[in-house]
Amino acid sequence: MAKQDSPAPILDASGVSKTFGAVIALRDASLRIDAGEIVALMGANGAGKSTFVKILTGALRPDSGHVRIRGRDTNVASPSQARKSGLVPVYQEPSLIPDLDVADNLTLGSTPKEPFRHWVSELGIADLRLDAKIGQLPLATLRILDLARALATEPDVLLLDEMTAALPTNLVERVLRVVRQQATSGRAVIYISHRFSEIAELCDRASVLRDGVTVGDLPIGPAVEDQIVELMLGAKLAPNRKREVVAADVAAPGSMPRLKVRGLGDGAKLGNVSFDLHPGEVLGVVGLEGQGQDELFDILAGFRPAKAGSFEIDGRPATFRDPADAIAAGVTLVPGDRANALFMDRSVQENIAVPLLARLRHWGPIPMRAQTRRVNDAIERLQIETRAQGEVRRLSGGNQQKVTIARWIAKGVQTLLLFDPTRGIDVRTKRQIYALVRDLADQGAAVLFYTSELNEVRLACDRAVVIFGGRVVDVIDAAEADDQTLMRAAYGLTEDADESVPA
Amino acid sequence: MRDLAQPTPIKRLVRFLGDNPMIPLIVLLLGLIGLLEVLRPGIVNERWIANTIKFAIPLAMLAACQTLTMLTGGIDLSAGVVATIAAFVMATQVPHLGVPLAIAVSLVPALLIGLLNGVGIAFFRVHPLIMTLGTGLVGTGILQVYQRSVIASGSVVPEVLGWLGSGRTWGVPNALVLFVPFAVVLIIGQRRTGFGRLLYALGANPGAARLSGVRAWQVYIALYVLSALIAGITGLLYVGLIKAPSLSLVNPLMLPSVAAAVIGGTSIFGGRGGYGGTILGALILTVLGTMLTLLQMPEGVRRILFGAIILAVTAIYIRLTESN
Amino acid sequence: MRRILSENGWVIGLAAMLALLLIFTKMIQPQFGLSGLDSLSRAVLPFAFATAAMAVVVIAGGIDLSVASMMAVTSVTAALLMQGAGDVAAAGVVVFVLLLGLAMGALNGALIVVTRVPDIVVTLSMLFVWEGVALLVLNAPGGAAAGWLKAMIVGGVTIPGVPDGMTAWLPRSTLFMALVIGAIWLPIRRSRLGLSIYAIGSDANAAFRSGVPVARTRIAAYAICGLLSACGGLSLTFSTGIGEPIPGPYLLASVAGVVLGGVVLGGGRGGLLGPIIAVVILRLVRLDLTLLAVDPNVTTIIEGTIMVVVVMLGGLLAAKGRH
Repeated sequence: MAKQDSPAPILDASGVSKTFGAVIALRDASLRIDAGEIVALMGANGAGKSTFVKILTGALRPDSGHVRIRGRDTNVASPSQARKSGLVPVYQEPSLIPDLDVADNLTLGSTPKEPFRHWVSELGIADLRLDAKIGQLPLATLRILDLARALATEPDVLLLDEMTAALPTNLVERVLRVVRQQATSGRAVIYISHRFSEIAELCDRASVLRDGVTVGDLPIGPAVEDQIVELMLGAKLAPNRKREVVAADVAAPGSMPRLKVRGLGDGAKLGNVSFDLHPGEVLGVVGLEGQGQDELFDILAGFRPAKAGSFEIDGRPATFRDPADAIAAGVTLVPGDRANALFMDRSVQENIAVPLLARLRHWGPIPMRAQTRRVNDAIERLQIETRAQGEVRRLSGGNQQKVTIARWIAKGVQTLLLFDPTRGIDVRTKRQIYALVRDLADQGAAVLFYTSELNEVRLACDRAVVIFGGRVVDVIDAAEADDQTLMRAAYGLTEDADESVPA
Repeated sequence: MRDLAQPTPIKRLVRFLGDNPMIPLIVLLLGLIGLLEVLRPGIVNERWIANTIKFAIPLAMLAACQTLTMLTGGIDLSAGVVATIAAFVMATQVPHLGVPLAIAVSLVPALLIGLLNGVGIAFFRVHPLIMTLGTGLVGTGILQVYQRSVIASGSVVPEVLGWLGSGRTWGVPNALVLFVPFAVVLIIGQRRTGFGRLLYALGANPGAARLSGVRAWQVYIALYVLSALIAGITGLLYVGLIKAPSLSLVNPLMLPSVAAAVIGGTSIFGGRGGYGGTILGALILTVLGTMLTLLQMPEGVRRILFGAIILAVTAIYIRLTESN
Repeated sequence: MRRILSENGWVIGLAAMLALLLIFTKMIQPQFGLSGLDSLSRAVLPFAFATAAMAVVVIAGGIDLSVASMMAVTSVTAALLMQGAGDVAAAGVVVFVLLLGLAMGALNGALIVVTRVPDIVVTLSMLFVWEGVALLVLNAPGGAAAGWLKAMIVGGVTIPGVPDGMTAWLPRSTLFMALVIGAIWLPIRRSRLGLSIYAIGSDANAAFRSGVPVARTRIAAYAICGLLSACGGLSLTFSTGIGEPIPGPYLLASVAGVVLGGVVLGGGRGGLLGPIIAVVILRLVRLDLTLLAVDPNVTTIIEGTIMVVVVMLGGLLAAKGRH
């Protein structure tokens, strides 16, 4: 083997692709990092970032392409092998065993103790006891311990996923300093973050993924944020189709909102969210992953109690102990993951009919004819393409999604919570869902529409609230909601948001 | 979806059988009967068929408890004890209370155990298997105490139950008078009542059921009370067949009742199957039992076989659903 | 000191409760003495092993419903093989039966890993299978146990050269239990395997990311469970002198002991000491009820009810822990 003249990059991944069934998660992802570099890995929701990370860390095998560390092909079949090959990840969820103490966790991961202690104090935690139970330590400490554990093994490549989330400001500074030191001492760092300010401060380059392809690799410089946003969105902006019906007048101040949310919070992820949702309105919710939208929808649908704040339905304060309470109050949820909403082994008919049968008084013999009519009306309205007797698992994703919506159409819609209802479904079905949502709103329904696809705000909504770090950072009218505006807001880049970004 | 494109013949066959799970069961049943006839020519006659049905009915009824609870992903291991309690209490109370009242009284402890099961599973989130195992044990203890208090008065199996459990009219077992309506109600009820549909929903995806507004605790309590009621009635029928109430009367049916439901295509994880298959499962196991007796297989082999069947069928089921 | 107290508070509380119950027993039955303690300890033995076996798999995040059936298999196997065998051969039988338990447990674990059927279903099936095996080995109670093995768990401890008065208060069966469980569990507990068992029960995903071989650890946990079940089966044969193919009431008792002993259903927490003390308490309650002249069948009901209530509370705690 001849020695190469030019210094080989520490990490060299190229041509990486991965498909899951019919879904192409990655087409052509690549990442090259030289010694001493810190590279931000960027991508909007669904760009394939998390798949790429899983491949880099050995949790998944790529269909094609290669990942080399110091010129050697990494043949990673498990996280422990990836670790041996030199790439050590620090995940958002600390991978420490909650019921063991610190020392046992070190033993389990074969982490040398002395370097670990060194890094822990370097990272700003002075009084750590090795016999402290992991489960009793605060999340911020755990993330630091996870990082210290990674540093103690002296990895070639360090992968940090949202490392500074959940950390107080003083620890953030320490972490950034240590990460920079790592780079200076010749290691490579992959840095994943939603915080542009940190990326600008820390990183040398940003590698941007869009639709499973690495579309750009830019040096960090002044005003790089806009370039990155543009790359994430794609050069060509979606045509800004103006809707004909502007329902903003329905939402005029003074009219009674269907749903009035004030200061809602759950303690950790969801900070303080307030907004009004009026009958006849489709209100978009936009946010990067994990900004509190899951918690918001869960609370409104009765899946978990709010720890702070309150909300009213038609002027009456509401507290839901169970989704059944929410449904009784007319609040119905289409969750983000269809698998959580559907009875995959049961027929379309049965799936749609369950809410009609849930209450005790409907437990008796089913009035088959009346029910079939109701169910078939809903199936027809949503144009579900199926023999109604077939199992739901045999339907396409789009048709499955329609079943989850049809259920509430059959039941009668008042307040509909849609959590990313068009994720992973075909364009035609998406269009049908937008039209349906508008139709429902025109008939007086109030719709809360979380979307991970920014252009849907224009296509389906009247207004959108943007949440970042568990707070509403902006409210944007659909007419002004071009992708760049939304993306900047979603990254907390609007001016008033910068002050309210939680540490 | 992907698998709509060009299914292979084998896949198509698997799907066809998946849509019509009764067909392989009927084939299996006929095959076993044929095998029996080969082993002992002339054994399969009218009398044998009537006898097989007679013994399959209590098993099929006890297996109804397993089928219904398994549809929600549960199981009812107290069913055997509950059936025994009902039979024993009834037989010992007949001398005191007369037949109709004794039958009514005998179902009270059954319903109480069912209620306790439901409460434990619905509110305390105990796994149904552990919960029903525990209540079964307590039930046995109570029955032993009860036995000592009634030891003097003796027991009577009412004629009507004897007629129902073991009698035949024109060669047809009388038990069918009870069983046919029972099976019809269950088979229709599982698909055409709100309660039946909720059992499937809860077993198929508890989260989705909750999302749809189902309050699981209501279903669990009703279900386990219903299961105990069915078990109680089974006990009354079975004591009419065996005619000798004892403290372990229905226990031998416990393991086969689980196996019958599993063989009949009801998923132990919930959401799939139904009572029709269970009836076939009970017939298959009864014929299999005859065959094992004929081959002079010891009891140990029978248990091993039933345990292995439950595990194998469940494992195959997991493979089949994963390949979808 | 405070840390030790707070971390082991539950076990210390259980020990205190056990002491109180012993004093109570002495009060209601002034004759309760060495022989009482001895027979109590011997009666506890199979329960203690069953509970320890169950505790290991529960710590690993699983459950094994076939514990009592494995005890039956090992008990009858030992009794059958020891019939007419000499003292030396009996020692060989013990080793063989221990290996048999290890293999049965490993098979349970392997079936769970390979079939991907949930542990509760696999071990329910294996409960029946092992029951059948026990019946095939010996279809009615029978067999024998070597005399020196019986002597190991009968009477007080005597050490040559030490006055009996100093050691005889300790039943041999208690010492036997402590030595056997200690010899099996203590080396494992602090080893990598022990940590891995706690890790997969605590958070299987984090364990996988920390490089723990999850499948292998699970099989190992079930194998240890089988080994401890075999000890339970042997102790049954030693104390009764025969093998009994019908499984005793050890399943529910072991689950109740595990829950009462501070091992959370769902895994990751607790140890073996708590469950063992808990199961001793449960047996002592039974003894006290008998001493109070409560009908033995009522005693069974009370005991069963206590167990069901304990298991229900355990379910509630596990559900709370999941939130």
